[in-house]
Amino acid sequence: MKVKAKVKNDKVKVKLLVKHPMDTGLQKDKNGGDLIPAKYIQELTCVYNNKTVFLGAFGRAVSKDPYLAFSFSGGKKGDTLSLKWIDNMGDTEEVEAVIK
Amino acid sequence: MKRKIYLTLAMACNMTVAAPIFANPVTDNETVRTFFADVFPELALDSYVDGVYAIDENAREQWLQIEEFPPYEDAIDEGKILFDTPFLNGKSYASCFDNEGISIKQNYPYFDQEKNKVVTLELAINECRTDNGEQPLNYGKGPMAYISSYMASTSSGELINVKVPDNAAALAAYEDGKEFFYSRRGQLNMACATCHMANAGKRLRADTLSPALGHATHFPAYRFKWDDVGTIQRRYAGCNAQIRSKPFKLQSEQYRNLEYFHTYMSNGLPINGPGSRK
Repeated sequence: MKVKAKVKNDKVKVKLLVKHPMDTGLQKDKNGGDLIPAKYIQELTCVYNNKTVFLGAFGRAVSKDPYLAFSFSGGKKGDTLSLKWIDNMGDTEEVEAVIK
Repeated sequence: MKRKIYLTLAMACNMTVAAPIFANPVTDNETVRTFFADVFPELALDSYVDGVYAIDENAREQWLQIEEFPPYEDAIDEGKILFDTPFLNGKSYASCFDNEGISIKQNYPYFDQEKNKVVTLELAINECRTDNGEQPLNYGKGPMAYISSYMASTSSGELINVKVPDNAAALAAYEDGKEFFYSRRGQLNMACATCHMANAGKRLRADTLSPALGHATHFPAYRFKWDDVGTIQRRYAGCNAQIRSKPFKLQSEQYRNLEYFHTYMSNGLPINGPGSRK
């Protein structure tokens, strides 16, 4: 996950790019045979000051390497954001980003 | 009487102009730039490095958003690791190139007078490998593209400076590349120039055609279609396949000469690679 967070006039704009295959489970592999098992993010959250400022319920319709942008108010420069996703296989990734 | 003199003068002028002028690389570039200035009168020369994103506002907006997290970043990082890793014999890529291989891409391709052929950066990378006992790499994608991407990134901002020395062999290679560029081929009977000269700026189904001027500045390129980084010759092969012309082998004489001509066309423009494209 690459994250950029910038604050301006009390509004924090967050942009992120997640590296994830987002396999739907409906696609067959290159050898034309078996189905590639589904592996897609189900939930992505952003926590700031112990409060969830963003919660995204993704599904198999979201494409590979999702790009996401959102904003929230009340963030301060220099503070840390915590971003985390969980996928259907139970894998997760958690990343911290500093608000610039 | 006056009218007769005028007509004779006009004819004489026409005949002088119609006399064959031996085109040379320098005048070729002038002709191309004048042509494009006509098609895109508002476009500054340096903007050509952005290709379609300089002429299609909507596409540019999306591209700038994507460039927040440049998709070729991983390729550059991977390329640097590969570039810095020594060969089994202890030597490294740095030993094969001028300036240790840093910031040299703007000088490629060049015509090697001893070997009597055009040398592209990718060709030189593989020659470096085989000279040092390593296996050559696939020319289109993978490690070759990553190394070339890294080397291109060290040249960011440097002006393309391809030389066509005043000798018969180099000029012949340049002319050969030029002829390829302008020759129709394949089942669809199209030339590179058909899309990237005559129809630059127009739509081809859902895509806007980019002008050939500026192409060479941003390769290797990450293409969303490839979901990967690829070299310029990977794109040549792809373009040829698309017009149903059997692609030539990567780094064949045809493609090397084409790259020579094609890159020379962008002389004076800043290296902008690796870039991201549709």
